[in-house]
Amino acid sequence: MLIASSQQEFISMANGTRTDLLQNYQPGPYFCEMLGLPDHPATYTEQLRDKLSQIDIATLRARAHDADEELLNLGITFTVYSDRMAIDRILPFDIIPRVISQNDWAKLERGIIQRVTALNLFLKDIYSGQKILKDGVVPAELVLGNENFRKEMIGLELPHGTYININGTDLLRNNDGEFMVLEDNGRCPSGVSYVIENRHLMQRAFSDMLNSIGVRPVSNYGPKLLEALLQVAPPGIDNPQAVLLSAGTYNSAFFEHVFLSREMGIPLVEGRDLVVMDDHVYMKTITGLEPVHVIYRRIDDAFLDPDVYNPDSVLGVAGIVKAYQAGNVTLANAIGTGVADDKAVYAYVPRIIRYYLDEDAILPNVETHICREKQDLGYTLDHLKELVIKPVGESGGYGITVGPKASRKQLADCRAQLKAKPENFISQPMIQLSVSPTLVNGKVEPRHVDLRPYAVTGESTWVLPGGLTRVALPKGSIVVNSSQGGGSKDTWVLE
Amino acid sequence: MNSLLARYADAIFWMARYMERAEDLARILDVNETFSRDSSGLQDWSHVLHLYAEEEEFKEEHGEITPDKVIRYYVLDRENPGSIRSCIGAARENARSLRPLISTEMWMQLNTFFRQFGTLTDANISEHRLAGLCSWIKLGCQTYHGVTEGTFFRDAGWFFYLIGKNLERADQMTRLIDVKYHLLLPREVEVGSAVDVSQWMAVLRSAAGYHAYRRIHPRGMSAMQVAGFLLLNDQFPRSTRSCIDAVATALDRLGQMGVVAPDNSIRSLAELRADFERQTIKNIVGYGLHEYLDGVQLRLLELAEELGHTFFGYDYPQPGQTQLQESAG
Repeated sequence: MLIASSQQEFISMANGTRTDLLQNYQPGPYFCEMLGLPDHPATYTEQLRDKLSQIDIATLRARAHDADEELLNLGITFTVYSDRMAIDRILPFDIIPRVISQNDWAKLERGIIQRVTALNLFLKDIYSGQKILKDGVVPAELVLGNENFRKEMIGLELPHGTYININGTDLLRNNDGEFMVLEDNGRCPSGVSYVIENRHLMQRAFSDMLNSIGVRPVSNYGPKLLEALLQVAPPGIDNPQAVLLSAGTYNSAFFEHVFLSREMGIPLVEGRDLVVMDDHVYMKTITGLEPVHVIYRRIDDAFLDPDVYNPDSVLGVAGIVKAYQAGNVTLANAIGTGVADDKAVYAYVPRIIRYYLDEDAILPNVETHICREKQDLGYTLDHLKELVIKPVGESGGYGITVGPKASRKQLADCRAQLKAKPENFISQPMIQLSVSPTLVNGKVEPRHVDLRPYAVTGESTWVLPGGLTRVALPKGSIVVNSSQGGGSKDTWVLE
Repeated sequence: MNSLLARYADAIFWMARYMERAEDLARILDVNETFSRDSSGLQDWSHVLHLYAEEEEFKEEHGEITPDKVIRYYVLDRENPGSIRSCIGAARENARSLRPLISTEMWMQLNTFFRQFGTLTDANISEHRLAGLCSWIKLGCQTYHGVTEGTFFRDAGWFFYLIGKNLERADQMTRLIDVKYHLLLPREVEVGSAVDVSQWMAVLRSAAGYHAYRRIHPRGMSAMQVAGFLLLNDQFPRSTRSCIDAVATALDRLGQMGVVAPDNSIRSLAELRADFERQTIKNIVGYGLHEYLDGVQLRLLELAEELGHTFFGYDYPQPGQTQLQESAG
């Protein structure tokens, strides 16, 4: 399929030992991240294809194996606990990178900043004047009746009006190669550590490759995040102390918490390390209690404060919500951001962008039917077999019914649930995910990928160039979640 | 990180202790394997159980004492919190919680070591392969200490590491001396005989102290001399005295950093050190070696507890309590 584009490849072809990894690769009807479209090839990946063609499959396999081994030894793992055994699983790393062109990235970056800006304005509004609800742009009950709407937030003034300090935008690329937003993650988005570690792995496995192709670095995420966190510290503090609040070693994302606290050089604390007194937060050190001003918290609202939310939570800190309301500590992300990344509110985001910014959404949504609206419910029930039905307010890919792949019984169950509680669901057409050549069982085959770039907001928004490319490893699968057989790839934004 | 979390200090202290304990146990198993070659295997393996005062417990759970069972109990047994596997596992769990603090190389070495340990089976611990296995374990533990020495940032955490390691080593040495002295003493009739000498040589070797001992005592070997060397020599890095000195130095350095140990601990350590300086092994044996060693162990235990209260956050208000600590100013 590819023509020889380097001297070495030409020589190996001439010698009859051509080992082009991609020679039997067939992407099918999908947009291919490596090849582009048949009538619109991805010329920007040419350099990478060149380099890849100089590597034989055995070398690729060997380096992939080394990378896996390194992940385990480094403990870059998520932990699955069963019985007395702690099993460390790695997020499988695919060694063939995913490339994003300069132009595509420029648009993605603008689109993400636009979206995050609008979502922050939306949150500020719904927790103060609720103008957007009064104007009827977003149904009030969708927001006020949302379980992630936190009345504790009403009337609070947050530094720079930033509610979502760290955001992950899940994007897909349809068969025409157009990027679309599948989901916003404005609570505790995870995965950014893999973006950076994947790059490190790549640098070790293929230093020659990365050095000659201009790829934008990702290693400054930690300093950028810390800078943004300190920008939102309570005003008037000279040397604000930031910490990362983790649920601890048993949390499956613990590695990421470690990674980020190290990158930022801030203490990683657990709830038991903090104490609230007189509405101020302190951490327990070897020489006494020391004040804490900014908390990058990686535990959900519900576990944050046993006084306010789940009273059984041992992960949180009693009194922390009061300290937050008093303005003595900043939580990042803010409490109650879950209402903005809700799957039902998602459908309104293009309208939210227009409402606050008077702009069209740069990145379109995937077509979404809101089942609480009668017409959309009717459409969904009529086209159940063609649609993907998602519960709102869930995460991790659970509870999703994929119409075309569902059994008769699953469809009937789904129909019953839809009729009983339509407001709990949205539906979308079967999404098309682009594919990327992936090393599977010793061969290079197309596998579906998505993209989650990370945006960091303090005074303004910065987007890490790249993001997490998740890859669905089972053949034909479009579920990229790590809990369901997903892996990841290094994501290259070209300079 | 400018101020060390109390929980981290605790975890560093215990991580160091567990790794030291694993190494010391490997040394003891190694040397016992040598013993059992010399005399009746059964008798000698119970020595190890005796050392940790676990004979009764072991018999209840595992019945008759056999070399295989004892080795398994101390190397692989997950149920035994004192097994080498459990120690390395506990060190690794502490290290995992310390990931934000310790060097990546420290974590990687310990994690890799633990993973390799996880692949061991009964075949690896059979008696004739034990010596090799113990060498490998010692090497793993020593590599850990080497990587730590070479990469761990020298803030307060480093000194808690030194305190943990040396407290454990000091304590283990008192136990080794205690049990060996009493087990070997009844054979005083054989003093000077080949068996007696070879057994004391083995004790020294288990502590990597044979050659050091020979530099002090080029000729001869007596129980008292060996005990004195292991307890009181201030140049041998595994002697109880050297370890206590190291603990005192580390506490002193912490104090210079504004991390001040309680008066009690400082006084107790000073007394212990003065005693070590003044005492001869002859006096100690005259007074009663076992009682003396007991006293040392008790002091070390109290010291660890005091450090816990002062530095490791044992006294911090628990959730629900809201009174302000004085230290919060």
